[in-house]
Amino acid sequence: MQVVAKKPDSLTDKDFHYCPGCTHGIIHRLVAEVMDELDIREKTIGIAPVGCSVLAYEYFDCDMQEASHGRAPAVATGVKRVHPDKVVFTYQGDGDLASIGTAEIVHAANRGENITTIFVNNAIYGMTGGQMAPTTLLGQKTTTSPAGRKKDIAGSPIKISEMLAVLDGAAYIERVSVHDVKHIIKAKKAIKKAFKMQLEGKGFTMIEVLSTCPTNWGIEPVEALKWLEENMIPIYKPQVLKEAGEGE
Amino acid sequence: MLADIKKVVIDREKCKGCKLCTTVCPVSILTISEEINSHGYHPSEVTDQSDCISCGQCYRICPDVAITIYKED
Repeated sequence: MQVVAKKPDSLTDKDFHYCPGCTHGIIHRLVAEVMDELDIREKTIGIAPVGCSVLAYEYFDCDMQEASHGRAPAVATGVKRVHPDKVVFTYQGDGDLASIGTAEIVHAANRGENITTIFVNNAIYGMTGGQMAPTTLLGQKTTTSPAGRKKDIAGSPIKISEMLAVLDGAAYIERVSVHDVKHIIKAKKAIKKAFKMQLEGKGFTMIEVLSTCPTNWGIEPVEALKWLEENMIPIYKPQVLKEAGEGE
Repeated sequence: MLADIKKVVIDREKCKGCKLCTTVCPVSILTISEEINSHGYHPSEVTDQSDCISCGQCYRICPDVAITIYKED
């Protein structure tokens, strides 16, 4: 018998603490598979965020550094500038990256820091108990928008990838999803491309991954994948938003 | 003999019973067990190994990396 698919070496043996059906686990696996395939585990430094994935450093079997809330791109900047020969990535949720960390991500992208950000967007604050995030959809019910998010009070969902794509320093920005196997395969390709571009010194790369939060959305995991497809995809369209050409 | 060959192996202690794998299996051999694991979850289980085509779809959607896929040489 021959192994077709197994846990990548770049993940530790520790069980994920995530809720049943939470797609953080899928995204962790994709990043780890890419580290394995590019054979970069020994020279990769990951920066963990605050939020549900705060314990990411327990799961990735590479060097990891925890950052304070939203500051992962600033920490990554320092790490990469001291260790330009290393591969540096941040793994951040939408509460971390799109709210308290907005300044850090915008300026890291604008400076064209040669790092890769994995931005996990599930349209809600997970760890703190399902509050409205900047990425929450209009009409979406959360613990702090019990009647649904209203535009006149809280504005529209913030589209971080579109925002960063206009910056000169951004080399590659793509939005992907993990709501079905086809999209999971595409998501992995995008993550691999971002890491490859970092290895080539192309500049700032970010992959936004649409993710689920069955617990705080208040639905079953299988239903959550469908909810993502029907509600998030029309607002957050999976697409390449920026790809700097050769010589740029 | 063929029935003894395991092509899809689910780590029942890692599995949290989210059912995502049961929705993607093209040959519908994954189901949720009536037994519970030490964490209190009903893990996913395989009904008929001989029907498995080693496509790896369950591995790809599993959020807990609880599945290993094999194929015959």
